[in-house]
Order: sequence, then C-alpha cells, then structure tokens
Amino acid sequence: MKAQLTEAAVWEALAEIPDPEIPVISLVDLGVVKSVAVEAERVRIEFTPTFMGCPALDVMRARMEDAVTALGGEPDVDVLLDDSWSTDKITPAGREKLREAGFAPPAPQAQGSTTLLQLQSAVHRCPYCGSTETRLDNIFGPTPCRSVRYCTSCRQPFEQFKTI
Amino acid sequence: MNAQVRPRTELLLELADDELILGWRNSEWTGIAPFLEEDVAFSSIAQNEIGHARALYDLAAEELGTDADALAFDRKPEEYRCAPLVQLQLVPDWARTIARHVLYEAADAIRIERLKEHEDAEIAGIAAKIEREEVYHRLHAEMWLERLRGEDRYTAAVDELWPYALGVLAPELRPALAEQVGREQVDAVERSAPGPEFAELWEEMTMVRRSAPVGAQW
Repeated sequence: MKAQLTEAAVWEALAEIPDPEIPVISLVDLGVVKSVAVEAERVRIEFTPTFMGCPALDVMRARMEDAVTALGGEPDVDVLLDDSWSTDKITPAGREKLREAGFAPPAPQAQGSTTLLQLQSAVHRCPYCGSTETRLDNIFGPTPCRSVRYCTSCRQPFEQFKTI
Repeated sequence: MNAQVRPRTELLLELADDELILGWRNSEWTGIAPFLEEDVAFSSIAQNEIGHARALYDLAAEELGTDADALAFDRKPEEYRCAPLVQLQLVPDWARTIARHVLYEAADAIRIERLKEHEDAEIAGIAAKIEREEVYHRLHAEMWLERLRGEDRYTAAVDELWPYALGVLAPELRPALAEQVGREQVDAVERSAPGPEFAELWEEMTMVRRSAPVGAQW
C-alpha cells in the first residue's frame, strides 16, 4: 500500500476526478489543487475553491478524500479561503476540453477591474461554429461560474466561463 | 452567543449576516422576476451572497467553537447584526429592489476595498476572493442604473433607501459612499435589533433547521 503513496500518485489520482458539474474537465485541470504533501500515511491537500457559493465544492472535497483513501492514505483536505484561485489557474488542456464541450473558456484576467464595456465588447469565439460574431446575453447563467452569450452567425446561445 | 464577542468576530458576523439576509431577499425573486434573464441573475447573485456568508461564518465559527450552519440558523432573531437595508422585504417592487441593489453594491465595494487591506491576513484574503465575484454584481447593478436613472419611481426609491444604505457602513466610510452616489450624507438608519419584518424572514429561513434535530440526515 505505502509503496503507492507518493505525491505523484496522489496528483495522478486527483487528475482522474471530474468536475462534478462540468465532467469533461478534471479537478487538476480546473486548477483547484494548490499543493499535495505526503508524510507517511497522511496526505495533505490544499484545495482552493472556485466560486464561494458553488454547491460542487463539497462534492469535490469528498471525492478527493475518497481518492486518497483508495491509495491507502489518510486525507487531510485543507480548504483555503484566500484569493489564490482565479480562472487563470485553469490549465491550457482544461481550456481546450471546455471548448470542445461547448463552453467558451474564460478570457485571461485583465489588469484592474472588469468594466461593463469590456464585458460587452470582449471577443469570444462561438464554440459551435467558430464565429467571433457573438454578444453577451446575460452576465449570469445556469451556475455562478458562467455567463450566457449568443452567436449571431449560427444563432446558437452558448455558455462562457466568467473571468474571475 | 453573547455580547462579549471579540471585535473580529463582531465584524465577521455583521458581514456574514448582511450577505446571508440580502441573499435570502434576492432569492425571493426566483421564479417571479420581471423576465427570465433577471430571474437567473437575481438567483445567481443570491447564491453568491449566501456563499460569501458561509465562508465568513466559517471563519467566525472557528473562533466561537461552532459551525457555519449554527451561526446562520440557530441564533435568535435579535442576535443577528445585519443592516436594516438588507432586511426590507421589497418583492414585488422592482424599482426599490434595484435601488437597494445599486446602493448595497456601492457600499459593499467600499467596505471590501478597505477589508482587502485588513491587518488580519484571513480577513484580507477572504475579502479579495469575495471581490472577484462582486465585480459582476456591480456590473449588473450598473446596467440597471443606466436603464432606470431619472425615472420617478426609481428616484423615489433611492430617496427612501439612502439613509439605510449609509447604515451598511461604519461611520468613517460613509463620506466615500456619499461621494460615490453623489448625495448629501444624512442621518443613517443604524444597525439595531431586527424588527418584525426580519422576524417573519427568520421564521421561514430557520423553519427546516428548527423542525429537524441537529445532525438529521435525509
């Protein structure tokens, strides 16, 4: 059992856990695992939540604990309520998987606060037809992390990850 | 709970109570907002605010040796510290709802900006994290302000709620709000033991918790 319990093995196991709401992307791709430290059987994971009201956070935490237990470790998931997660932490592979699943990935974090004009004029490519003729339909969407946009080329509404 | 709590706990509970109760009030529009986009927006904003409340209660709970749910649902109505602005039941009045939204977001932005500089690293960190989400609430409020500015009903609503908005902030932060909103500072409606409007909300909000023993599983 203990032979398997390395930091690399834990990272590998965490990379297999899908996001509970957008299962095409893993927790590691989402960038919510800040660090993994193994000391004997004890596995400490620093977990940085995404949106604070996201109901998937408890599920993510439970699945990480299960994954560590399955490797024979004792999980200690530390939820960091600081500012260390932003959408810039989503990996390039994660962004690509989002796009393939029909979500426009978040724009990179700009300097200073986002303005309404930036939000309305930002160019987002339609994940269905590739057109950049899209407009913001609603800042808010089906979950806290998404906005709704509309593609005027293929007349398809689509979801876009908010930049935070 | 008693009156002996430390200033840090006091601050966390004030912030958390504001966010929880405003989140609750915003969620009263779920299903009945004037149009679908606003139904989604107000529900989503409510979800964010309640998420902020939970994180703030978690921090306070560490000090008080309890948990976030106990702080949110097990206190007596008179123990909540939320500002009178967030307690007002405004459904079905959209003009007053938007006036509160615009005023609260303006006040909250000033408060968060100050908290990001807080000497306590946990409070500063949580404030910075909250700010990332609040940006979108402000953009939404700004959009509505552009639409309703100068309309009679909206102006009357801001006139009515302005003293309440000042009461969200500590006295030293009020001049900044007056400047931001472009209004004269007046006597604020201060935080005090919540009134009958809040008692009604509390009855509903804590109903499940009171009817099932702590630790009940479904």
